[in-house]
Amino acid sequence: MSSNALTVRSYEDVLWQLAERDDRIVVMTAENRAAIRGLPNKLGSRFIDVGICEQTMIGAAAGLALRGRIPVVHALAAFLTMRAFEFIRTDVGIAGLPVKLVGAVPGLLSEANGPTHQAIEDIALMRGIPGMEIVCPADATELAELLPEFLSRPNPGYLRFNSSPTTLRHPDPFAFGKAERLREGHDVELMGYGFLVPELVAAADILSERGVSTGVLNLRTLAPLDEASVLAAARRAKLLVTVEDHFLHGGLRTLLAELCLRHCLMPDVLSMGFDAQWFRPALLPQAAERASLSGARIAERVWKFLSGTPVPRDITGRVDLSSNDPREF
Amino acid sequence: MNQHARKYPPASHEDMTATALRVRAHIIRMAGGGGCFIGASLSCADLLVFLYERVLRVSPATVDDPTRDYLFLSKGHDVPALYGTFAELGFIDPARLSHHLSPDDVLYWHPNRAIPGIEFHSGSLGHLLSVAIGVAMDIKLRGDDNRVFVILGDGELNEGSIWEGLLVAQAHRLNNLVVVVDRNGFQANVATESLIPLEPLADKFRAFGCEVRLADGHSFASLEDAFAGAPSSSTRPSVVIAHTRRGKGLPSIEERADRWFVRFTPSEIELLLAELHGGAQTQIVSNPLVVR
Repeated sequence: MSSNALTVRSYEDVLWQLAERDDRIVVMTAENRAAIRGLPNKLGSRFIDVGICEQTMIGAAAGLALRGRIPVVHALAAFLTMRAFEFIRTDVGIAGLPVKLVGAVPGLLSEANGPTHQAIEDIALMRGIPGMEIVCPADATELAELLPEFLSRPNPGYLRFNSSPTTLRHPDPFAFGKAERLREGHDVELMGYGFLVPELVAAADILSERGVSTGVLNLRTLAPLDEASVLAAARRAKLLVTVEDHFLHGGLRTLLAELCLRHCLMPDVLSMGFDAQWFRPALLPQAAERASLSGARIAERVWKFLSGTPVPRDITGRVDLSSNDPREF
Repeated sequence: MNQHARKYPPASHEDMTATALRVRAHIIRMAGGGGCFIGASLSCADLLVFLYERVLRVSPATVDDPTRDYLFLSKGHDVPALYGTFAELGFIDPARLSHHLSPDDVLYWHPNRAIPGIEFHSGSLGHLLSVAIGVAMDIKLRGDDNRVFVILGDGELNEGSIWEGLLVAQAHRLNNLVVVVDRNGFQANVATESLIPLEPLADKFRAFGCEVRLADGHSFASLEDAFAGAPSSSTRPSVVIAHTRRGKGLPSIEERADRWFVRFTPSEIELLLAELHGGAQTQIVSNPLVVR
């Protein structure tokens, strides 16, 4: 589907349209209204702001779901997935209730807030809950497209919220559990999700210009994972590259490792993410650049790797505590 | 509406006393074998029998009826009292109590909602007030009149989520919510007031915007007064602080810190059952306390 930023419907509009048609939908927030400012007036009593009480919000969402509602709950990703983690796991997860968790400013999108606000272990935590679905839209287009199915599925779900303006042409409409192929290539396969997907495309274009045939796979849902597409890439490409604004442990790199182990594959893998370190807070472009996750830096790291320059941290995920200087932040 | 019709005439104090005695006998039997949290179960036996006999609009036939009253057992580890009450009032087959801790059934140390009448699982303290808040919110959204009760342990009041939940409950004017505190004065190992003092507890709840009533949790007359017309406010959440004794019914273990989670031998169970029915106070020399 071709899109541009001007024609994409906002998250709030789509959510409002869905809630208007389906009175099971209740919108909740722990006083995080950035993406839903117009909804209190439109939804009336079906808009529930509990104040800065993430635990109570999740427990109450479970109670509402017990009564047949579909609560869509909003908070910053760090506080939603960590402050309220045990409530999510125990009240939503054990009961398997269709509570929809919307985590704002995940990963690099927390920009200059600092490590308190960095949700870069959110995927590790959420995928530790049986039955939890995880969706990571690359931009506002995917966000708008995924919402109807995300809300209608019976499982609990975590949406790694990202409403970045759409800069890509998406060849495939959003489909649950299906990766999207954005570039074809047989030497290198770049895999990632969310905000960084356009950076993968930029990196692929740089590498292709240098003669490295580079594919890009946009993993829009991490749970369920499009295992067939990932396995096909693992069998075909000479080098797999995982890129994520998440710790190297527990996210895509771990998902890939588990999948390869299950299928007795040992591909060459280069993993980019945060190696047991929080990232340096800054405005988004500079934070991505500093974390070596911009398109140009991703391309450069792949190029160096292919040229035989060792980049051991990327490969091993080794924890180097000596570089974890608390004064860094 | 009377699909929740109570039996008429309602259970008398004598009936409830007899029922609660049988519930306590069930609890004591569950303290054999793999054991159970006996003290906290015995403290709320009268309270649960009273609520199910005289207050809650729910019956074995209406456990899934959306117009029923809800009771959430938040402290969870007192579930033997609920199993016993359910067995006595027809929610579950009394023979099922012999399955306690069997892997072939789901009657274990904390509640499982697959058991008819159990509204939600608990065990991690400080959770079910918030779940009850969500149910109460939905009932108000629909303009219905069912009520939501949630039983908290007093030790459980250490959890910050309880106080966070009360802030939300009063902000949303949940006048259909009744918080019941089983004030048995103990948490796992020690008296509440010796660790994290809760008093003045009624004042704390009042300061959080709740309508508070006090009761003797072992007197049906007192419980009748406290729950008369519950909820007791049309604008605010209600709280009933039921003063109870941990281990109530067995003088040999009442208010003993080392009678938390216990596991008794079959002969000790027989002695305790005799004590429950007025026999001599048991002198158990083994150490039945199991660390949990």
